[in-house]
Amino acid sequence: MSELLQFVFSGVTVGAVYALVALGFTIIYNASDVVNFSQGEFVMLGGMTTVFLHAAGLPLAAAAILAVVIAAAVGIALNKLAIEPARNASVVTLIIITIGASIFLRGVAQIVFDKQLHRFPSFSGDAPFVVAGATILPQSLWVVFGAAVVFLGLYGFFTRTLTGKAVLATANNRLAAKLVGVNTNFVMTLSFALSAAIGAVAGVLVTPITLTSYDIGITLALKGFAAAMLGGMGNPFGALVGGLAVGLIEAMTAGYISSSYKDAAAFIVILAVLFVMPNGMFGKTSVNRV
Amino acid sequence: MRSLKRKHITLLALVVLIAVAPLFFPSAFYYRVGTLMFINGLAVTGLVVLIGYAGQISLGHAGFSGIGAYACALGPLHLGLPPAASLVFGAVLSGGIAWLVGRPILRLKGHYLAVATLGFGILVSMVLTNEAHLTGGPDGMAVEDLGLRAALREIGISVRAPELWYWFSGLVLLAGAWLVLNLQDSPTGRALRSLHDSEIAARTVGVDVARYKLTAFVISAVYASVAGSLLAMMNRFVSPDIAGFLHSIQMVTMTVLGGAGTVLGAVTGASILTALPQVLTVFHDYEHIVLGLIMMLVMIFLREGLVPSLAKLFGRRER
Repeated sequence: MSELLQFVFSGVTVGAVYALVALGFTIIYNASDVVNFSQGEFVMLGGMTTVFLHAAGLPLAAAAILAVVIAAAVGIALNKLAIEPARNASVVTLIIITIGASIFLRGVAQIVFDKQLHRFPSFSGDAPFVVAGATILPQSLWVVFGAAVVFLGLYGFFTRTLTGKAVLATANNRLAAKLVGVNTNFVMTLSFALSAAIGAVAGVLVTPITLTSYDIGITLALKGFAAAMLGGMGNPFGALVGGLAVGLIEAMTAGYISSSYKDAAAFIVILAVLFVMPNGMFGKTSVNRV
Repeated sequence: MRSLKRKHITLLALVVLIAVAPLFFPSAFYYRVGTLMFINGLAVTGLVVLIGYAGQISLGHAGFSGIGAYACALGPLHLGLPPAASLVFGAVLSGGIAWLVGRPILRLKGHYLAVATLGFGILVSMVLTNEAHLTGGPDGMAVEDLGLRAALREIGISVRAPELWYWFSGLVLLAGAWLVLNLQDSPTGRALRSLHDSEIAARTVGVDVARYKLTAFVISAVYASVAGSLLAMMNRFVSPDIAGFLHSIQMVTMTVLGGAGTVLGAVTGASILTALPQVLTVFHDYEHIVLGLIMMLVMIFLREGLVPSLAKLFGRRER
């Protein structure tokens, strides 16, 4: 029993990170119909930048905040330099561009930082709590707490503020939003900045547990996408549930089957979802208009 | 008529390239680089069918190369197959897996294919790395020779290995290009190209969209597998890197750089990206940056790729 509980704890921790990555996918997808495959790189950037700023002498909190700001700036640059010039391009073109961006960011990280594994100290120590025979790290609580704050904050932003409503309107129907005076270009830029910042927050939160290196982005993108798909592409609540589900499936795979194949769990989830419920748990049935 | 001509121009250009290039080779090393270009060109020719004709994307085709390569490493060792039969076995296996994996995925839009193939590639390299008792793990394993040289020696011809591989891979590339060029103007090829422009329009005129996407996916998987087998047998060695994510990205970049829509373009892209690391020794450190930049820049500014864009620039007479 305590074994199962242990796996649940670790599943929820990584699941919260996947949920944040999935949320990043969702925000950009809603605003622009682009699936941003470089989403995982923002997690890497958040973690790596914090590591190196902290090593350069900045206090951890300042380094983390600066890392999130830098990631958001990279997100904006990505939108302005690579996505906007390719407006109206086909899905395949956009996939190649965002994958290119992902590889590019990875290459830059490899040069600017290095190829080693890194971590920085946990926010409140490494002494684990014991709950019903299973242990939980204080940092895990930070991850879950941080993810909850991000989700609640975004919920408030989308439902309570005019800008948030403009984003929702653009997601619903870009042309209509434009007609009533929404600056859809700004909405796109905002979405990329938000997604990048969310990814970086995830990176900052989880690095003390899982460590980080220049090449973690693509598997995170794969898992985040699996989560977003499981929940239903474009649905923020689905991203949350999907992320936790993928995290739990992965933890159970690692615990009961084989830890060297835990990364395969996301792939199996993708195939299973495609077979059984192509629109995910909370997705709308999609029909193409000609 | 026009397309018939283009087909012959492409084949002729390839023949001339393969036959004339060795005149300028100062050492055996160049034969090796040439062979690498042809092998990469073969894999990329398969991707022309998937990306260029059918307009679908795969981020995991290195997985099929890995299957082809390890089939040649493991077939003779564990199944007692001769090397040539192992190559065929790898190709059949890749095609079969592509069919199984592609069937559910290809009913849906591009993103899903991209992610599912990405996951597939990661899965293959994971298996190759983890099943060390079978595959030698990250260290890789030795591969048996194809036996072409021995066969030629029996009939009294002796060729040095790098040269033999050059001519052999050149021939295989020609055969592969010929098949794909023939496909282009067949009913299947036309159906495939109709998907590229508009899936809905294609469906309305009665094209079985899912089936043709699947066909393209299987064809490209077989090409990638054969290329992987050749690479393994030429190097006499294989490691899980061949199935890695970076290799998949290299393949896609080669395809779109030269021009995914044409065989000649794709082979050009493969040649450029194969030659680059040989010319620039620092390339290795910057490989990610260069590949990423090429992918973004080509897709933003030269969406059809290098060769078609240049062709447009230089001659209206082709139209």
